[in-house]
Amino acid sequence: MIAKSAIKTTELKTADAANDDAAQAAAAARRQKIRAIVQVVGMLPVLILICVAFDLATGKFLTARNIAIVAQQASINIVLGAGMTFVILTGGIDLAVGAVLAVSAVTAVALSTTGLAWAAIPLALLSGLILGALNGSLIAFFRLPPFIVTLGAMTAVRGLARLLGGDTTVFNADLPFAWIGNEYLFGVPWLVVIALAVIALSWFILRRTVLGVRIYGVGGNPDAARLSGIKVWAVLMFAYCASGVLAALGGVMSAARTYSANGAQLGTGYELDAIAAVILGGTSFVGGIGTIFGTLIGALIIAVLSNGLILMNVTEIWQLIIKGLVIVGAVALDRYRNKGSART
Amino acid sequence: MGATALRAPTMDVRPPILEMRGISKTFPGAKALRDVRLDARSGEILALMGENGAGKSTLMKVLSGAYQADPGGEILIDGVPVRVTDPQVARDHGIAIIYQELSLLPNLTVAENIFFGRERSRHGVIDRAGMREDCRGVLQRLGATFGPSTLVRDLSIAERQMVEIARALHTKSKLLVMDEPTTTLSARETDRLFALMRQLRGEGLAIIYISHRMDEIYALSDRVAVLRDGSYVGTLEKHEISAERLVRMMVGRDLAGFYKHDHQTSRAPGRPVLEVEGVTDGGRRVHPASLTLRSGEVLGLAGLVGSGRTELARLIYGADPLIGGAVRIDGVALTRPTPAGALAAGLAYLTEDRKAQGLFLDMSVQDNINFYVCGGDARGAGVLDRSRGKQRALDAIKGLGIRVDRPTTNVGSLSGGNQQKVLLSRWLEVGPRVLILDEPTRGIDIGAKAEIYRTIDQLARNGVGVLVISSELPELIGICDRILVMREGHIMGEVGGDSGTAINQENLMALATGVTL
Repeated sequence: MIAKSAIKTTELKTADAANDDAAQAAAAARRQKIRAIVQVVGMLPVLILICVAFDLATGKFLTARNIAIVAQQASINIVLGAGMTFVILTGGIDLAVGAVLAVSAVTAVALSTTGLAWAAIPLALLSGLILGALNGSLIAFFRLPPFIVTLGAMTAVRGLARLLGGDTTVFNADLPFAWIGNEYLFGVPWLVVIALAVIALSWFILRRTVLGVRIYGVGGNPDAARLSGIKVWAVLMFAYCASGVLAALGGVMSAARTYSANGAQLGTGYELDAIAAVILGGTSFVGGIGTIFGTLIGALIIAVLSNGLILMNVTEIWQLIIKGLVIVGAVALDRYRNKGSART
Repeated sequence: MGATALRAPTMDVRPPILEMRGISKTFPGAKALRDVRLDARSGEILALMGENGAGKSTLMKVLSGAYQADPGGEILIDGVPVRVTDPQVARDHGIAIIYQELSLLPNLTVAENIFFGRERSRHGVIDRAGMREDCRGVLQRLGATFGPSTLVRDLSIAERQMVEIARALHTKSKLLVMDEPTTTLSARETDRLFALMRQLRGEGLAIIYISHRMDEIYALSDRVAVLRDGSYVGTLEKHEISAERLVRMMVGRDLAGFYKHDHQTSRAPGRPVLEVEGVTDGGRRVHPASLTLRSGEVLGLAGLVGSGRTELARLIYGADPLIGGAVRIDGVALTRPTPAGALAAGLAYLTEDRKAQGLFLDMSVQDNINFYVCGGDARGAGVLDRSRGKQRALDAIKGLGIRVDRPTTNVGSLSGGNQQKVLLSRWLEVGPRVLILDEPTRGIDIGAKAEIYRTIDQLARNGVGVLVISSELPELIGICDRILVMREGHIMGEVGGDSGTAINQENLMALATGVTL
């Protein structure tokens, strides 16, 4: 009995099957297109929403002046976040960027008062390259876990920053490269120009070069990457060196803005803001998935929150609480939104 | 085919343990199941067959509650309609599913795994002794040689499967689904598993069994249900089962010239392209091994699982540290024993584990195919030549018949056979002198297999030396010019070629096991 009735329903269904299938396929294609768009724009709607909300609440958020201020405040985190994106894409982490930033800033300011003033920026960037290369070699050649290596580096490099600066604030009122922090290119602050240039270069490396393909490959499947005949160590070295150099660039930007650097305090906690920007941007913590565009949006969200909450006269204590909740909430929203994409 | 599903009323008046009717499942861009039905009765082993991508796994995921079917279908358990909304509901109804990737916790004991999620406690304190005692019985019933307090990470794959079965029995499951349980087992372990499955069938359990291996289906199943392209094709009773019939149902056409290669006429091996001399890992898994592979030759490497075939291939490729010996390609010794060095010299290796060690599942088909060659294609300063990459991907998709709508689709969303073709394309694009293929057709459907056999033949005709490792003897016999056999890390001998020994299953098994039949 059961079998017979089952067959009957089958026949009825086949009559409409063709129509049904076509309609469902079209609907599925539509859903896929929407999902693809959502994945590309990522957190951009959240950023826009927050901006509009702040503007409605304060009436002075979306002014040209304020936007320039926000972009300037975001610029150093954008640069650090770009470096962090390379590292996290390979499946690693770099906790040392805040300390490297301090070493670079102290180096740049201290040298600017000596006969080597012309070499202040190159040597500051070189310090970041060397520290990044140290981290990279311990991770690539000795196979030490990135978290442990850079956790150690975070402490040791902080000590180095204090050592280089004689454990005081180094200061130079006639900083030769102060224009970086205070002048404009066609009305756009140099800090913002540099940050956007870093994003553009990072995008080019990740999307248009062989190295970029390999960064995603090493993060997505390190075993397969090695068996595919690529030098995994070279990719890891690049990622940590890039993170080191960009952290050092952040140090130069910071020194240029304030004419000074303090080895003990400068850059503490910056690594966490950089990681937050990368994660907000939708980059996977285990590596292999993510975009530099997402990191840019992530860093802007963090800067907008700080700026907007200040405009609303929210106390610093509540700023911290709200920022933390927004970061977790935004990522939770992202996961929820992407959950439907089942593999077939 | 529908007629075979109708049963004579005299056979069994009880409703089947499981009946699925009108099951459809739509994914974005693909209809994975289309009005599928399936029934399983107590005390039978039902084989579920179909090419990869035919919908077997999807159907089982619907049954387990991992996927929700489209509205309209129904699932009856013991004749009662149930809504399997999540895996717990399936378990509560006595359905246990053992996936290829086992779901045990390696750092817990056997007893803790069997009781996981249902731990017994006394006054809120976990009752370890009670749990151990309790599962001792079920382990004995299965003939396990390990105890309840053994750590799962110390067990072999076969023993871990036994733990999964024990867990299923312990939760009083009525229906056991096993998804390709034998792919990673040795012949002896497979026999033991089959004996166990027959015992469980005798005890009244219903078992649904997914496999690609024809011989296993003959040996084991009472009925075979076949899916093709997400649709139900039909069910064969035991006396109706035959290879031709099953293949015709699965593929929808007859397979002529399946292995492609006819031994006498086709290929003429030339001079040596790969010479391996005394290669060893220090005697751990591979004792000094030597072999020569000539241009235009397909050389097989047979042996039981664990005989050192993969380990030897990885040594030749430089994937594992070489302790002794030398590898020459086209007469030139490899100076750098690394995959990068081997590839630069024209030696490529297709891994046996495409998901874990081959593919980048979150990357596109195009990036996967071009992963190695994009370095050579690049313009100055390592800038990708994207039009060249796209052209390579499109050519590979067309040449190997990869079923994908765009080269930018993620490779992770393809079926096993198509994934394998993508990985193979990566090495074909290199234009290798020597290609080592490790289990190139494992877990892929018949259509894709035929495509890969055709490609191997074509490569040999173009003068490439091909070394094929496979556990399926008919496959090796069908495609190879000669076959080396390994046992316990030694190359034991050769069949075919000038060895004077005929290529047949008996000679291969005699060398592989050391037992003359």
